[in-house]
Amino acid sequence: MSAPLLSIKSVSKKFGAVVALEEVSLDVGAGEFFALLGPSGCGKTTLMRCIAGFESPDAGTIALSGVDLSGVPPNRRPVNMMFQSYALFPHLNVFENIAFGLRRQGETRDAIDARVNELLAMTQLSVFGHRRIAELSGGQKQRVALARALAPRPKMLLLDEPLGALDRKLREETQFQLKEIQRRTQTSFVIVTHDQDEALALADRIAVMRAGRVEQVAGPMEIYDRPATRFVAGFVGETNFIEGRLDRNGAAALITEFGRIPCEPGNLPDGAQATLSVRPERIGVARDGEGIVGFVEDFVFRGETTLLRVRVASNIVLRAAASHGERHAIGDSVRLSFPPGAGALLAEER
Amino acid sequence: MSAVVSWARRATLLIGFVFLYAPIVILAVMSFNASRLVSVWGGFSTKWYAALLENEQLLHSAKISLAAALTSATISTLLGLLAAISLTRFGRFRTRFLFFGAVHAPLVLPEVVLGLALLTCFVAFGVGRGFITLVIGHVTLTMCFTTVAILAALRDSDPALEEAAMDLGATPFGAFVRVALPQIAPAIVTAYLLAFTLSLDDLVIASFATGPGATTLPMRIYSQVRLGVSPQINAISTLLLALVAVALGLAALVSSSRARRDGQVVTSLARAPDNAS
Repeated sequence: MSAPLLSIKSVSKKFGAVVALEEVSLDVGAGEFFALLGPSGCGKTTLMRCIAGFESPDAGTIALSGVDLSGVPPNRRPVNMMFQSYALFPHLNVFENIAFGLRRQGETRDAIDARVNELLAMTQLSVFGHRRIAELSGGQKQRVALARALAPRPKMLLLDEPLGALDRKLREETQFQLKEIQRRTQTSFVIVTHDQDEALALADRIAVMRAGRVEQVAGPMEIYDRPATRFVAGFVGETNFIEGRLDRNGAAALITEFGRIPCEPGNLPDGAQATLSVRPERIGVARDGEGIVGFVEDFVFRGETTLLRVRVASNIVLRAAASHGERHAIGDSVRLSFPPGAGALLAEER
Repeated sequence: MSAVVSWARRATLLIGFVFLYAPIVILAVMSFNASRLVSVWGGFSTKWYAALLENEQLLHSAKISLAAALTSATISTLLGLLAAISLTRFGRFRTRFLFFGAVHAPLVLPEVVLGLALLTCFVAFGVGRGFITLVIGHVTLTMCFTTVAILAALRDSDPALEEAAMDLGATPFGAFVRVALPQIAPAIVTAYLLAFTLSLDDLVIASFATGPGATTLPMRIYSQVRLGVSPQINAISTLLLALVAVALGLAALVSSSRARRDGQVVTSLARAPDNAS
C-alpha cells in the first residue's frame, strides 16, 4: 500500500476508568475490505465511532487521505456508517431514507432520483421505494441501511455488525451480496464484527482486537494459519494448544509431556517455554505407524469430518478431525501426526 | 342467569356515568332553560347565550383566559421541549438530578402554595400584577406537565437516528429538526393541548398571580356564583366545557391516529408476503 486511505496512529480512549482503546495503530487502504474482529467489549465499536466522529480519541490521530480528522464533526467527514440497529428514519419512506444524505449535499433533484434508483436496483429494492420502513422485513431493512450509507458516495463505509440481526441462512446470502457491492462500488469497507466466520469470509485483512489493543493485523489465511498470539489462535477457529519447551538442537522440536513434537521454531530462543497451536483438521489420524500415541475418548460426527477427542497424556486431550469415512470407536488406540509446519509456535503467555 | 349478569353490568355502567356526568349534563341543559330559576324548566331557549354576547365583563374575561392559555401553553411547550432535550441528550451533567427534581416539583406542589409563592415573589420584586404575571404563573404551573409528556417521547426515540442523520451530513440542529422532531411531534401537540386546558380552567394560580384588569373567566364565574347562579354562567360554562372537550378530543385524535398508523403497519406487514429472502 502506498498511501493508506485511513491511517490510525496510536489512538487511545478511556471511558472513566475503563480503557476502551490503547495505542491502536492501523492502516486501511483504498478499496479494501477490512474487518475489526474481537469479543464484545474489546473496543472495536469505540474505534469505529472514533472514525465516524461520534467519539473523539483522548490521544493519537486519525487521518483520512492524509487529512487529520480531529475536530471534524461527523457531518463533515466523508465517511458513512451503517448502524447495527440500522437507525432508519421511520417517518420517511425507503426512497427518502436513501436520499437523505444526497439532499444534505444539495444535489439536484434529477441527480438524487438517478442515484437513489441506482442504489435501489443494486440492493434489489426497486419495487420498495415507496414502502414505509415499518413495512419492511429485517433483510430489506438491512439493505436500505446499506443503500442509505452508500448513497453519498463516501470514501469509506463503516459497518457495525451489519449481519448481526439476520438469521443464519439470510446472513450467508447477504455476505456474498455485501462482497459484491463492495467490489462494484470500489469503496473501502470497514466492518466491525464478533463473528470470526464473517470476518474470515468477507475481509481482505482482519485486525483482531482484545481489551482495547490490536493483537494482529493480517489476511484471513494468515490469521488462521499463522496466529501471532495465543488469543488470536483461540478466538479465530478451533485449535489445540500444546505446551512445552523449545529444543533447537538439530531438528527443532517442542519437548512436551507426551514426547518430542517437531515444529518450526520461528525466532524463539532455545529452551524457551512455548505453546504450539495446531488446528484439529491439520492433525492426521492413523491406526498405527509414526505419531503421538493416544486413545479415542469421545467423538462427534460433524458431517464432513468427525471430531475426535484423543487423550495423549493423563491430563492432555487433543482434538483431531478425522476425514469422512474413517471410523473410530471409543477406546481405540490411534496415532496422531502433523507436519512441522502445520502448527504455529507461540511464545508462552502468562 | 346471563341476562341478569348483563343487566347488572349495564346498570353499574349507567350509575357510573350518571355519577360522573349528570352534574355536567344538568349544567348544559339548564343553559338552554328559558326560566331564570335553576329549579324550574321554562322551555327551550338560547337567550342566555345571546345575553352572553352583551355581557362585556364576561366576554372580556373570556378573551383574557383564551389569550393567557394560548400564550402560556406556547411558552411552556417550548420550555418543556428544551428541558426534555437537556434531560435526555446532554448526558449526566452535574446538576442533572437537581434540575430533574426542580422541573417535576410543581406536579406534586400544592397549587395554593405555588400561587402564594408566586404572589410573594411578584410583590418582593415589585412587579405589578396583570396579564404578564398571569402568564408567568400558568407557565410555572403547566411546564412540568409539558416536560413530562415530551420527555417520555424523547426517551423512546432512538439517539442512533440523530447520529445517522449527522453521519449523512446533517448538522446537529438539522438532525434534531429533521429526525427527532417528527418522532416526538404528537407528544408536543399533546403537551400543548394539555397546557392549554390546564391554563384555561385554572382558578387558584390565577387568583394569586393576576391583577385588576386581567380577571380570568374561571375567576369571573367563581365570583358571580357567590352572588347567585345566573343562567348566563351556565351558558359560559357550557361553552368552556365544549372548548376543553374539543382540545382533549384533538389530543386523543392525535395519539390514536399514531396508534392506528402503527397498527396498519402491522396488518399490512402480515398481509404482504416477504419476497426479499
